[in-house]
Amino acid sequence: MILHELIDYPTLRVIWWVLLGVILIGFAAMDGFDLGTGILLPFVARDDIERRVVINTVGPVWEGNQVWLILGGGAIFAAWPQLYAVSFSGFYLAMFAILFALILRPVGFKFRSKRESATWRSAWDWALFIGGFVPALIFGVAIGNTLQGVPFRIDNEMRIFYDGTFFGLLNPFALLCGLVSVAMLTMHGAAWLALKTQGPVRERSVRYGRLAAIATIVLFALGGVGVWLLVNGYSITSPIDPAGPSNPLLKEVARSQHAWFANYAAHPWTLIAPALGFLGPLLVLVLIGSKREILTLLSGFVTMFGIISTVGVSMFPFILPSSEQPNASLTVWDTSSSHVTLFIMLVTTVIFLPIILAYTSWVYSILRGKVTARQIEGGGHAY
Amino acid sequence: MELDIVSLSRFQFALTALYHFLFVPLTLGLSMLLAIMETVYVMTGRPIWRQMTQFWGVLFGINFVMGVATGIVMEFQFGMNWSYYSHYVGDIFGAPLAIEGLMAFFLEATFVGLFFFGWDRMSKVGHLITTWAVALGSNFSALWILIANGWMQNPVGAVFNVQTMRMEIGSFFDVLFNPVAQAKFVHTVSAGYVTASIFVLGVSAWYLLKGRAPEIAKRSMTVAASFGLAASLSVVVLGDESGYLANEHQKMKLAAMEAMWETEPAPAGFTVFGFPDQKTRETHFAIHIPMVMGLIATRSLDTEIPGIKELVDGTYGHIRRGILAYDALTQIRALPRGETVPEELKASFEDNGRWLGYALLLKRYVDDPRLATDEQIAKAAWDTVPNVPTMFWSFRIMVALGFYFILLTATFFILSARHQLDRRRWLLRVALFSIPLPWIAAELGWIVAEVGRQPWSIEGILPTAVAVSSLGVTTLLITIAGFALIYTVLIVIEVGLMLRAIRKGPEGMDDHGPETAPAPSASATVVAAE
Repeated sequence: MILHELIDYPTLRVIWWVLLGVILIGFAAMDGFDLGTGILLPFVARDDIERRVVINTVGPVWEGNQVWLILGGGAIFAAWPQLYAVSFSGFYLAMFAILFALILRPVGFKFRSKRESATWRSAWDWALFIGGFVPALIFGVAIGNTLQGVPFRIDNEMRIFYDGTFFGLLNPFALLCGLVSVAMLTMHGAAWLALKTQGPVRERSVRYGRLAAIATIVLFALGGVGVWLLVNGYSITSPIDPAGPSNPLLKEVARSQHAWFANYAAHPWTLIAPALGFLGPLLVLVLIGSKREILTLLSGFVTMFGIISTVGVSMFPFILPSSEQPNASLTVWDTSSSHVTLFIMLVTTVIFLPIILAYTSWVYSILRGKVTARQIEGGGHAY
Repeated sequence: MELDIVSLSRFQFALTALYHFLFVPLTLGLSMLLAIMETVYVMTGRPIWRQMTQFWGVLFGINFVMGVATGIVMEFQFGMNWSYYSHYVGDIFGAPLAIEGLMAFFLEATFVGLFFFGWDRMSKVGHLITTWAVALGSNFSALWILIANGWMQNPVGAVFNVQTMRMEIGSFFDVLFNPVAQAKFVHTVSAGYVTASIFVLGVSAWYLLKGRAPEIAKRSMTVAASFGLAASLSVVVLGDESGYLANEHQKMKLAAMEAMWETEPAPAGFTVFGFPDQKTRETHFAIHIPMVMGLIATRSLDTEIPGIKELVDGTYGHIRRGILAYDALTQIRALPRGETVPEELKASFEDNGRWLGYALLLKRYVDDPRLATDEQIAKAAWDTVPNVPTMFWSFRIMVALGFYFILLTATFFILSARHQLDRRRWLLRVALFSIPLPWIAAELGWIVAEVGRQPWSIEGILPTAVAVSSLGVTTLLITIAGFALIYTVLIVIEVGLMLRAIRKGPEGMDDHGPETAPAPSASATVVAAE
């Protein structure tokens, strides 16, 4: 195959680094409001019919949204195989907790209203809460650990060894990142509920949304301070070959304080990422409760974009640093799939992503409008 | 079972994969049946077909979410439990998984919500398109995952990269059009269609036995019997194709399925019955039919099929060449960066590189395969034989069930053509009690495919024993217990909800009142004629 020479290897690697961000942001933006809705469910909805209203706002769309996560798994596997191998096996029990929580969600949506019993329904409501809260928290905790570096090493035959423990993941800085994640997804869920509901449920969602927006701003700022004071960043000290083989053991890496701020100093325009990370929640705070409901939700999207790209920009070219064997850290230049695979996957993505966005928009436009108690009591298909 | 990381990781993967596949076949088949029923509705305008679509749609929905919930686990588990595998073949194996997400999962998952919530929000044709999108999406997903699995069985289009120490893509075209993947795809989706057909047939039979909803039950049976007959013929034919391909690419799998210890003169006989014994390496009380096996596997009268012992004898040579490859590889990788590779090392690796995987078989016994003793090499050679009794019996039960499904669906196809679906109550009972059988066949099919691939995770390239993550035994026990717990709870709830929905029945399913009163029974004739 000669076609792949159209785009050189380093460019493809950067494109796939951007696409990794796109998928993570897509997941946070789309599945994020589902997770946030799950977190808010026990608090914004008091009686059964209110809860059904909340559940039915995401009822028809959560399945499609969750595919962003599955795509994330598949795309990381295809484009960044070592990242997939190291992170999923390293964070093993944390991943299991996420899976456990995510198993509860689909069945929770579908099964909850199939029986009348109050105990049955309340049990599923809490399952949906866990299904939202646990993944939101753990994804944030995982990002927090990534920023600090993860204790893994790679031997000469490229076998991966992880020497950390599950409870080691739950350090103060990582938990702070977990809270950022919970706050932003809760805020996003509230913006969604403000769009899709009315009456008391909407009022409560607006109140929680404001709180979550403030929390997002404060916690994100604290996160920045934490990175400045507590976290040693990483930098490559040996010459870099951006078209080199995907073998993470060929470089030298140093740890130093403030290294995660180097990219902003070198390219000040990248400060737009953290700026949007603050602007997004600020806009939500101002807009939520107003009639500009779609704009509020879009401000949630801006938040996801700002906060997630802040992490990406700070760490570039690192994707997953190793605290135990810094030279084995995974970076954009030595962790990717082969040139051909990156090219094939890019072509596939360029063809299918627009199609996906088109039919997703079509489905959302058909389902537009508020979810009301009357619709649910009238129709046999509601959850 | 030993409590080591490899066995536990295999056990967990088998547990979660076989559990996931309880839901997949019904999703594959029922989505197609829903699309067919709704197409009839849109073409004829008869509301009863809409009512049928909605009723089977409820059962589809309960099953579908279980597939979704257990499917996420599959997508993540390669990285969690098989990190060396993920590193070693991610360059090839990851792509179909990612494409599956882009092309299939988004399609089915985005539209499945609209299938349930969109009945009153869109035109008839709009909703029909939605239903077909769901059906196409689930079938596409089978295509891509079987391209991935087909590559594990027959790893074409890949080359080993010494610098990155992994397999990389050589020809994506070869991976896509891998004959093993194509045969597996059609075989597997057909199995899904059979599962759904027999499910619909059995549940409808129950309604007829109870005298409930006869119009819906009979029409459903007509659709299910015709679709199921076509599918069960296809499942058997493509199963045969798989057998033929196995002889080309996985001779050991075929020999193990047949418990064929010795090479027999062509054309080999087919062992209908017997007790294979892995220890003594013979099959007790074997009953043979002459010639049949040779015909199936080679489609000729004079091609020999090698037996297990002959194949193992051949393996010794592969292992020795694998050790040469391993030696060259280790020396090349130890060179300082930038130094040119000596010609003789290069030549040695080029010569022997394709047998590298056979050296890795020794890693179970010795860290450096170059230090392996003759005894260890002999052990590794015999490791290439999968569990023969499991293969032998799983395969036979699966095939017998396959032929039974043809018989069953053909019977109901004829009954339906003669409008005698409710005449013979014993046949209705047979259909009802046949409901679990396709699941048994499907699970056994995976056992044949995957146990038969052992000791390899990628046939001839990467042994299962070296593919695992470096996890602790306790950690694995925790997750196995966790999965077992939640999966057990969920299957109890799921089956309970299914039974409830079936008992509640299709009556009063449609919210469009008078329009949906049962059509006159004469219309059954029309339908059967269609």
